[in-house]
Amino acid sequence: MSEIQVPTNGMEVVWEKPKTLTDTRMHYCPGCGHGVVHKVLMEVIADLGIQDKTIGVAPVGCSVISYNYMNIDMQEAAHGRATAVATGIKRVLPDKLVFTYQGDGDLAAIGTAETIHACNRGENFLIIFINNAIYGMTGGQMAPTSLLGMVTSTTPEGRQVETQGFPIKITEMVATLPGTYYITRQSVHNPTAVRYLKKAVEKAFKHQLDKKGTCLIEVVSNCPSGWKMNPVEANKWLEQNMFPMYSPGDIKIEGKLVEKKPTTTPDKKETKL
Amino acid sequence: MSEIRLMKGNEATAEASIRAGCDAYFGYPITPQSEIIEYLSDQGRKRGMIVMQVESEVAAINMIYGAAGAGARAMTTSSSPGISLMQEGISYIACAELPCLLMNVNRGGPGLGTIQPSQGDYFQSVKGGGHGDYHLIVLAPASVQEMADFVYLGFDLADKYRNPVLLLTDGALGQMMEKVIFPDYDPKAHKLPKPWATVGKNSNRPPNVITSLHLHSDEMEKINLRLQEKYRKIEANEVRYELMNTEGADVVMIAYGLTARICQRVIELGMQSGLNVGLMRPITLYPYPYEILAKLSEQVNGFFVVEMNAGQMVEDVRLGVNGKVPVGFYGRMGGVIPTAEEILHSLQLFMKSIAVKEKV
Repeated sequence: MSEIQVPTNGMEVVWEKPKTLTDTRMHYCPGCGHGVVHKVLMEVIADLGIQDKTIGVAPVGCSVISYNYMNIDMQEAAHGRATAVATGIKRVLPDKLVFTYQGDGDLAAIGTAETIHACNRGENFLIIFINNAIYGMTGGQMAPTSLLGMVTSTTPEGRQVETQGFPIKITEMVATLPGTYYITRQSVHNPTAVRYLKKAVEKAFKHQLDKKGTCLIEVVSNCPSGWKMNPVEANKWLEQNMFPMYSPGDIKIEGKLVEKKPTTTPDKKETKL
Repeated sequence: MSEIRLMKGNEATAEASIRAGCDAYFGYPITPQSEIIEYLSDQGRKRGMIVMQVESEVAAINMIYGAAGAGARAMTTSSSPGISLMQEGISYIACAELPCLLMNVNRGGPGLGTIQPSQGDYFQSVKGGGHGDYHLIVLAPASVQEMADFVYLGFDLADKYRNPVLLLTDGALGQMMEKVIFPDYDPKAHKLPKPWATVGKNSNRPPNVITSLHLHSDEMEKINLRLQEKYRKIEANEVRYELMNTEGADVVMIAYGLTARICQRVIELGMQSGLNVGLMRPITLYPYPYEILAKLSEQVNGFFVVEMNAGQMVEDVRLGVNGKVPVGFYGRMGGVIPTAEEILHSLQLFMKSIAVKEKV
């Protein structure tokens, strides 16, 4: 794919793409959160000067070829196995920095065992968890995090507790494990949220440099194509429907659970999508 | 310095892996091979190996993917049901061309089956197991000594061809104790540079990517063709087998691993009853020694295959013999180890059926 040429006409350069992002044009749908999260992640790696010692693990899902965009050494894992692959890498290269980048199906459905046990061992790497409550790549099927009542291609009448169970809050689950050190939920639906995410990613890499244990950042994201909305509608829907279930903010800081008001517990209230 | 020990086959494999410079072992306990992870949890850790008991065989094989992709010598071992769980990961490893060592201490199946020895996983080992067109290099030890020796050979072949290597053995060889000699082996002299490994990108090269994903069919076919080219090279260079008493033999038995050991006794018993039989023992099950079968087909009246399964390797024997002479088969299943006497009896019936007379 060709490099995007932007005429500068003598304008002052105020922002440059970090050298940690390749020139390959991303394949993500318009409005998708993946591109923003990639950018934030790679900016932090550039800012911290750790490009030469960071190894990423790509998942199966929409971000399966994220290694085409991230200008670092990477491994592409089988579906759900990213944290096992990352364990293999980190254990033999303990002084390198390792992260996984996984979606909700990858991390919280097929990879649940690997996720929980990597966190329980306190594997010293960062897990980036993109939660958009849907399977984007395969065409919009139900995810383990899909909201109750949410219409997907495999829940055409909305997700029902009786047949599909409750949306899973795996981030809160792993926060209870002593192996995890920093657990937070962020989003990328507006510029403020993006800046918060960047701070969180920075913090997590610093913890990894200090060998503190597992850090997990959930990014509540969107899927305009899967949700069948335009990007603006999708971000609005995210705030109104995703946040009550997946409330943004820190869940565990420096190995201690953050005291806060209980978030909405799932009930049979239907979410219209 | 070389050393002589009396050990179980499983322990010999574990000890050899430490001496072969294996950097990391990831595994999950399963009978009849748990001695390996136990031995390594003590000796391996003390001698600098990363040894991890993990949550499942699925996790273990994917940790092998990660560690091998990061340039380490990595190994996992299991027994039949556990190896089945690993097949997805093995297919990914084969496509991503990651050198690593696997061992299946075969027990009887299908299903949870039995913990007794079997050769029922031959098809799974040499004909794929996981999805897609790939091959493992499959070595079949027939003694505790070979369960150690093939660890060095396995790692060296894995590195040489960037291909996963499987040692296919069984519960009896894993559990039996024999004398084993550990030769001098300097891993540093054997380990090859791995410039493709993901160890952190330096400014002088593009990123290294370990992947088995190639979305465009023309790209994927290029990968397939490259793999096939490698397999032809392996087939040309790495066939290993052992011949016993084949010179002038009327019938040659074909058996690998434990059954080959029993067939050595059948040769002796056969001689006592006037039968002139030999043995061809495949050491590599992939690549399979087809050529020697074609050659022997010109000299003998028939082949007799002995396996601890319903007849799996016999299909490869028929391919090699290509209809030139009759091929007989005797097999036991369910973890039953055939005796030399029952094999001899079945062999005599086969020889009668193809009209080979006993020389009394």
